[in-house]
Amino acid sequence: MENLIGLLVVAPLLGAALLLCGGRRLDKSGHWIGTLLAAASFVIGVVLFADMLGRDGEQRALHTTVFSWVPVGGFQADVGFQLDQLSMTFVLLITGVGTLIHLYSVGYMEHDEKKRRFFGYLNLFLAAMLLLVVADNYLLLYVGWEGVGLASYLLIGFWQHKPSAATAAKKAFIVNRVGDVGLSIAIMLMFTTFGTFAFGPVLESAGDAGEGKLTAVALLLLLAACGKSAQVPLQSWLGDAMEGPTPVSALIHAATMVTAGVYLITRSGSIFNGAPDAQLAVVTVGAVTLLFGAIVGCAKDDIKKALAGSTMSQIGYMILAAGLGPIGYVFAIMHLVTHGFFKAGLFLGAGSVMHGMNDEVDMRRYGGLRKYMPVTFVTFGLGYLAIIGFPGLSGFFSKDKIIEAAFAKGGTEGWILGGAALLGAAITAYYMTRVMIMTFFGEKRWQPDAEGNAPHPHESPRTMTIPMVVLAFGSVFAGGLFSVNDAFLKWLEPVTGHSHGNSPVSALTVTAATVVVLVVGVALAWFQYGRRPVPATAPRGSLLTRAARRDLLQDDFNHVVLVRGGEHLTRSLVYVDHSLVDGVVNGTAASVGGLSGRIAKLQNGYARSYAVSMFGGAAVLIVATLLMRAV
Amino acid sequence: MSFPLLTATAVVPALGAVLTAAVPAARRSAAKWLALVFSLATLALAAVQLVRFDPGAEGPFQLTESHAWIKDFGVRYELGVDGIAVVLIALTALLIPFVILAGWHDADPLGTTSSRWRPTQGFFALILMVEAMVVISFEATDVFLFYIFFEAMLIPMYFLIGGFGDRAGERGEEETAAQRSYAAVKFLLYNLAGGLIMLAAVIGLYVVTADQLGTGTFSLQEIVQARADGQLDIATSTERALFLGFFFAFAVKAPLWPLHTWLPNAMGEATAPVAVLITAVVDKVGTFAMLRFCLQLFPEASKWATPVILVLALVSILYGALLAVGQRDIKRLVAYASISHFGFIILGIFAMTTQGQGGATLYMVNHGISTAALMLVAGFLISRRGSRLIADYGGVQKVAPVLAGTFLVGGLATLSLPGLAPFVSEFLVLTGTFSRYPVIGAIATFGIVLAALYVLVLYQRTMTGPVKESVRGMPDLRVRELVVVAPLIALLIFLGVYPKPVTEIVDPAVEHTMTQVDKVDPKPDVPLTDVEAAK
Repeated sequence: MENLIGLLVVAPLLGAALLLCGGRRLDKSGHWIGTLLAAASFVIGVVLFADMLGRDGEQRALHTTVFSWVPVGGFQADVGFQLDQLSMTFVLLITGVGTLIHLYSVGYMEHDEKKRRFFGYLNLFLAAMLLLVVADNYLLLYVGWEGVGLASYLLIGFWQHKPSAATAAKKAFIVNRVGDVGLSIAIMLMFTTFGTFAFGPVLESAGDAGEGKLTAVALLLLLAACGKSAQVPLQSWLGDAMEGPTPVSALIHAATMVTAGVYLITRSGSIFNGAPDAQLAVVTVGAVTLLFGAIVGCAKDDIKKALAGSTMSQIGYMILAAGLGPIGYVFAIMHLVTHGFFKAGLFLGAGSVMHGMNDEVDMRRYGGLRKYMPVTFVTFGLGYLAIIGFPGLSGFFSKDKIIEAAFAKGGTEGWILGGAALLGAAITAYYMTRVMIMTFFGEKRWQPDAEGNAPHPHESPRTMTIPMVVLAFGSVFAGGLFSVNDAFLKWLEPVTGHSHGNSPVSALTVTAATVVVLVVGVALAWFQYGRRPVPATAPRGSLLTRAARRDLLQDDFNHVVLVRGGEHLTRSLVYVDHSLVDGVVNGTAASVGGLSGRIAKLQNGYARSYAVSMFGGAAVLIVATLLMRAV
Repeated sequence: MSFPLLTATAVVPALGAVLTAAVPAARRSAAKWLALVFSLATLALAAVQLVRFDPGAEGPFQLTESHAWIKDFGVRYELGVDGIAVVLIALTALLIPFVILAGWHDADPLGTTSSRWRPTQGFFALILMVEAMVVISFEATDVFLFYIFFEAMLIPMYFLIGGFGDRAGERGEEETAAQRSYAAVKFLLYNLAGGLIMLAAVIGLYVVTADQLGTGTFSLQEIVQARADGQLDIATSTERALFLGFFFAFAVKAPLWPLHTWLPNAMGEATAPVAVLITAVVDKVGTFAMLRFCLQLFPEASKWATPVILVLALVSILYGALLAVGQRDIKRLVAYASISHFGFIILGIFAMTTQGQGGATLYMVNHGISTAALMLVAGFLISRRGSRLIADYGGVQKVAPVLAGTFLVGGLATLSLPGLAPFVSEFLVLTGTFSRYPVIGAIATFGIVLAALYVLVLYQRTMTGPVKESVRGMPDLRVRELVVVAPLIALLIFLGVYPKPVTEIVDPAVEHTMTQVDKVDPKPDVPLTDVEAAK
């Protein structure tokens, strides 16, 4: 069985290698090869899952060391895999949703001339993401971590003839690298503290390291998580990442890669458990981001960017839950999985709408589309109900648990976090209702584009609608299934641990409150967008709206301080290097060696004669030494 | 007497150089093939060295050869390799065939200009001559012998930089020639200045040994042995002065900030294969010599100078990377990136940990391969358009996807993407530094953000966006060019996934050096319990 874990990664990796190096002869069949290998990986995942279910809770983890990767002195990095319930959950999510999105892309990318390469990159992503979750040590995890970053870079910039796409791709990679600095230093600190960075020994002996070291490691891991999971203050890349093809947004920038930060924190649970200060930082980041993303989501007219704000916000919930420690780990992952279904579904729906609307993304140019795209409307609608937490659907179960857990943190903190989570739920209901109304209800507002082509909205082909239907099923039922008998809790508890905490408010009160805020949010949106026609061009809006349209000015801050500042710095350094460093060193050499006259000569074309004399001198030296020997 | 393998590895390329130079003017292509054959023969000999080398054997050096040479001065013709040298010789021998292939047309006479000498023959002969001298520098265990070739390689390098450049392009023939001469002479003067100071230190070393041992010697092993036995006791101030003399020369060659300014000129003006020769091969002698001579001859002084050197290395890393971000010229950008990378190598050497020095050695190898990949593809690009300016390109990905793809892989290796070889060495260097000097290690880690910046900005500006008029119709990589790039990329992937063959050879040599400087790795705070360790 252990050998199958490697195959999980190798199958899509093989696909990537084939498709990227295979050349034109695979142009016709490449997309099916890619989809088939993704599906193969899913089948292997299911086999491993069935095998795992056959064993008891404590004996479920598989572990295997494949080969010694970097052995230098005490530094021993292996390529080894570990598959426990946590990894297994991710494996099924990644390969399952991944396969569906491969299938969807067959339709979505049908007319793209670089289709083969697109599927190659998607397969590369799957391989890297799977490596990330089955690695048995932090250094190998890092390989997957940057591997998904590379795939994300390649896919965001897939239409790189558009300068905006190329810029967005670069930005995503560089912002992520800032997070990677955190992960790098965290691994180094683990090495100097524990002498290893393998999960087993580090997490078992974490308690012996002392709170100071653990806090440092935990904060560094949080920095890494902020980068990959687009959390404040490293969130700025995710909105721009929507430049990538929509299936990419669904798979990488909604369902899987951006949740890697949640995986990292949950996986490193015993480090965070020993560092309460770091946990406070984690919940703060989570709470701030869940509000930040939700506010940004309210102001965007670009359907994908509104959904991107939503993704940030929902991951904020997961990070918040993970920061709560054993009260929240399980629910963080549960929300991660349900979110994987409904957010991927929503993005695929958005892609389907764009497909039928000449790639228009401005929701002010949509309206009334439910008549033209019934399947998209229904599946998107179910995803919508799931994300706002409509009772009985997936999001309801998982989000509700997180809000409960936030209150259960206890004390003032508990009230603040719980309050933020509730407020976030209200805003979520508002902006998602806004998206829903602007897209599918009301008057049709679309107009011919610049070349005079009027859109003819139509339903998408089967390859696209089938994945949407499957994901809609997940959006509806997953949460309920997970909650029957606390099935999900029991499944993950052996790995993450669980405690109930001490909630000052009863579970029923929390549920009632979430339903109330849900109704308030939906009603507000309906009053604003449902009762009167939506203007085809955006009104000026309040100060907050305008700021939110610009991602709450965080990007502008980055631009002024980091980009401009950096440009000035490098430009002045170029000057310094040319005039000062070079000048001083040359000058010193000249004055010390009396070479100034000769340096002046160089520019006058005497260089060659000078060099010949040097050569002559050296030759004399060599001959002299040789002669000396003869004497 | 057994076959003198080490001598042969240096003599074969030297012989190749002489024969190539002697090919008649009309037979240019024969000269090229001859040079290629000799470089491949050298590669074969380097491979034999690798096979014959036994990482587990006793003693610091293997395959040794020793003959008296200048008896009056105690100079011996003494060769030997340790794990570090044998790996770097292999790197050199591996890269030269690619350099020759990549530069296949770089020295073709340009129609009208009639030259008095035979440029094609000269170009390839000089490359082989450099190879011979670099190889013997890696092999020499006699300080004087090393010195001679360390300096002598400047001569062929000078002619390679000054005599051959890219097509003139918009700058005009004269301006280009003037820039090239300037770069070549600057290279020569900087390195010569370093060399002169080193010469003083070499003589000083002789005086000290003659004074205390009765007979002066340049033999590394004899000096190290005499120090260990207590026969040789160099006064602290003398040791420091001698150390600085050696270190200065190596720091110019490496190059270390602020002695780096010759490198961007030289790499910018030289053709891409020659630029690779400079940064991937010749400069490695500098960092190699720090490990072999500075640390082993002057262990106490090395430790004394460590804090300053670490700071200079850190400055190199960040400064080089920032300057790379600000460049408008593709080749100068790669040059500054190399300065940043040499900062990492020197950091690793002087962190004085197993990971640092092992990582630094591996870094030398990986940097050689990754820079060769990036720079040679950049050279192919430049040869198509005749401009080194980044702004003259755009949208190349659309017209030449394979060229763009290989350029990207070279770039990703340069930014140390995990999965490719440079990641392993960079992480080892950083970890090795961090375990002894956490602050410096942590700051150096920010170099990875800057590396991403300069690589991806370069890629974006040249390869993406709308197709510029000037690159329309640009041909994709030709077969010869693919033959150059594909093996380098394969090697980057292989050594990224499985670096063990190299680390196994390097490790014992690093441990030997660590013993010489009398340093042990810092112990972890929370050592594993015996039960866990046994697992």
